[in-house]
Amino acid sequence: MKRYVIVGNGVAAVGCIEGIRSVDAVGEITVVSGEKRAVYSRPLISYYLEGKTDLSRMNYRGADFYEKNACRVLYGRRAVRIRKDGKEAELDDGSRVSYTGLCLATGSSPFVPSFEGLDSVENKYSFMTLDDALALEKGIGRESRVLIVGAGLIGLKCAEGILERVKSVAVCDLADRVLSSILDAECAGRIEKHLEERGIRFYLNDSAARFEKDRAILKSGTVVPFDALVLAVGVRANTALLKEAGGEVNRGILVDERMRTSEEDIYAAGDCTEGFDVSAEQKRVLAILPNAYMQGYTAGVNMAGGDAAFDKAIPMNSIGFFGLHAMTAGSYEGELYEEKTETSLKRLFTKDGLLKGFILIGGSERAGIYTSLIREKTPLASIDFDLLKKAATTAAFPPEERRKKFGGVV
Amino acid sequence: MRENNDMKRVYVNEEWCLACHLCEYNCAFANSGLSDMALALKGKPIYPRIHVEGNEKISYAVSCRHCEDPICVKSCIAGALSRDAGVIRVDRERCVGCLTCVLVCPYGALAPNEDGVMQKCELCLENAVGEPACVRGCPNRAIVYEERGEAL
Repeated sequence: MKRYVIVGNGVAAVGCIEGIRSVDAVGEITVVSGEKRAVYSRPLISYYLEGKTDLSRMNYRGADFYEKNACRVLYGRRAVRIRKDGKEAELDDGSRVSYTGLCLATGSSPFVPSFEGLDSVENKYSFMTLDDALALEKGIGRESRVLIVGAGLIGLKCAEGILERVKSVAVCDLADRVLSSILDAECAGRIEKHLEERGIRFYLNDSAARFEKDRAILKSGTVVPFDALVLAVGVRANTALLKEAGGEVNRGILVDERMRTSEEDIYAAGDCTEGFDVSAEQKRVLAILPNAYMQGYTAGVNMAGGDAAFDKAIPMNSIGFFGLHAMTAGSYEGELYEEKTETSLKRLFTKDGLLKGFILIGGSERAGIYTSLIREKTPLASIDFDLLKKAATTAAFPPEERRKKFGGVV
Repeated sequence: MRENNDMKRVYVNEEWCLACHLCEYNCAFANSGLSDMALALKGKPIYPRIHVEGNEKISYAVSCRHCEDPICVKSCIAGALSRDAGVIRVDRERCVGCLTCVLVCPYGALAPNEDGVMQKCELCLENAVGEPACVRGCPNRAIVYEERGEAL
């Protein structure tokens, strides 16, 4: 009988469990869960603070998930070492779990630069886990002035989540714009303006230089007093376990399209990995939830002796702030097609006869049709791209192709 | 452990579709929970789970394909989408309206309702109609509900 060990208990782990069980109903599955909780959806922590969900609805799977999938979950345990020779994972209590297949779904951790004076700040938080969100919830109140360092996805969702609970929210970032990893200056400007209209204050191109107990001194010299500080500068993939076992690691654990690492019978999935981005044609850390699930599922199928490849990974995000949605996918290279109105903005990027990426702000109807063109590398010459540019529609496909897509036999 | 894929789905014959949009009205009515069509639809924006697409030459209605390997389910950040007995459903209590499913569905088959919560074709299995209302009301029988056994 096979023995599967999964290190981590997030969405990649769920994908792995479901992937294993699609092939092998009886193998033993052990999940090593650092957090003392059943799997929940991490991206929902800001929705929790905003009151749009609650603890029970944040559970990513039903209450009987582990039981139904016959998983043993070791809560509050961490793996500290992989013993490749004996095929064992060593845990922080000294115990060992042997495996025939190991999946590292270790996620990422907040990256905190060494700010001068950070130790003098008592009321400070990260914003990654549910425990972080619950701690922040306790540490803020109606009169709190909150400073968030980092205007990326995590920082801004945090800002949205707490805005109605506190007196004021300020966000600072070294970058000259918000969401700098996924938006260009003009698109970022739309989001920034929308957030400013709701009362969030920005200090961009100007991050914290040092801290003095309850105030930040920015690089420009501006002083920002605060009652609570949230550090959302960035995250780093948790790669140490594999690295110390001699495995190949770059910014994330290197995996192939079957989610195999460089080491025998060791797989990896989710935010801890660096996979192949088919839009940019290069390896990248793609720390987004859909990839975590799909990588996990792929790893699970292959660990169980099945045959699965995940060879369509691209960066993609759908993110909304106070009703304004931005969708992004792929890479922004090549020729630009653009449409702009007061309330919406569309940018499509094409190169070598393929759609490579897009940014949609405001209208995003049927955006998945664009996403699928990127993932499937559909030659634009084979479809009516002039029609498709204006609106995402399957009418742009040739009739035979479309009928095949929709399962028609006519 | 792959499930039997022989299940009924909604299919559309492009040649017969008149682009009359009746399917959209029947869908919105069937899912309104109301018994009077005028009360449910008249003078209001409607949010059907099927929509007519096309150009000047061709038209057809699009609704969820209930894919065997559903990227929407795998991508849902809230775990609100699931596939059970071949039908993809959305748990509207759990949905937070992030639109990630809209970002990934290659058919453009999902859209939010007026509250920003996702809704999608669930084959009228849960509402009072009990069979797809779009099919029942299609005047030219362009929309059919049948088993074709293909895997999407």
